[in-house]
Amino acid sequence: MTEAAQHKRPNYMGIWVGLAALTLVELGVAFLPWSKQVIILLLVGLAVWKALMVALYFMHLRFEGNRMRIFAIAPLPLTVIIVIAVLTEYVW
Amino acid sequence: MAHAAVMQPPPKREVGADVYNEKLGMWVFLGSEVMFFTALIGSYIILRFGNPDAWTAPGAILNIPITAVNTFLLICSSMTMVKAFAAAQDGDQQRLKLYLVATVLIGATFVGVQAYEYTQLVHHGFVPSGYLVGGELAERAAAGELPASVGIYGSTFYTMTGFHGFHVTMGVLCMIFVTWKAFRGKYTATDHRGVEVIGLYWHFVDLVWIILFTIVYLI
Repeated sequence: MTEAAQHKRPNYMGIWVGLAALTLVELGVAFLPWSKQVIILLLVGLAVWKALMVALYFMHLRFEGNRMRIFAIAPLPLTVIIVIAVLTEYVW
Repeated sequence: MAHAAVMQPPPKREVGADVYNEKLGMWVFLGSEVMFFTALIGSYIILRFGNPDAWTAPGAILNIPITAVNTFLLICSSMTMVKAFAAAQDGDQQRLKLYLVATVLIGATFVGVQAYEYTQLVHHGFVPSGYLVGGELAERAAAGELPASVGIYGSTFYTMTGFHGFHVTMGVLCMIFVTWKAFRGKYTATDHRGVEVIGLYWHFVDLVWIILFTIVYLI
């Protein structure tokens, strides 16, 4: 039996419905007559929410040990570093 | 002295990541994939930030309805994939095969829809270098409805979605192999590593598309 099998099984159908619903919300938000900054913030927030649902429940990161979680998120700071480092070219 | 050293208890074994090797290997691979897509997405953000006039409003060039359907398809395929994994855990061979076949079919449909989207974009005159000379979009740009030049938009769009489509295609091919093994009864309730490992890859591809759909199509 693998590690992921040792926990209570998530409600996969519920997560699927949630992802589909959030996609519909995204489509609605993208065309709202609001300021571009607000729409971008909302869309990025919704995308991160959906990505977390996939990672935590479909990829079972929620049920993995801390070592695996750290292993999975370790590359993410590089995203911030690369964007900030190169954005400085436009800022200064 | 040497005798005393022999009598010492063996050193305590290092505890690893507490997962089997194939799964650890897949997570290492996915870590490298995060960095790969990070480079693409980071470059996209930077190029867009530096050239805001080269991008259009959502839906002006790209077909959002058809891509939204494709996004829904990929979400459905993640659900069928995780249901296949659950069936493997339960030792339910029929459901395992059913959900794996469904995942293959939905994944292949995603690739097919993306190929259709590309042909439609090229037909309208949106290619990696920007507008196709004499194309419909070039005429709209000349009339002032669209930006004068979208070369950087086209190249980043096709690069990011193309690499993702390549990943989905590879995932479908690997999934066909796993499905073939499932039909041969290779996965049991106690050993279904192949299903779990390909599932991790498949969900990751879905996760990347969730991000790409937002930043490429909706923003």
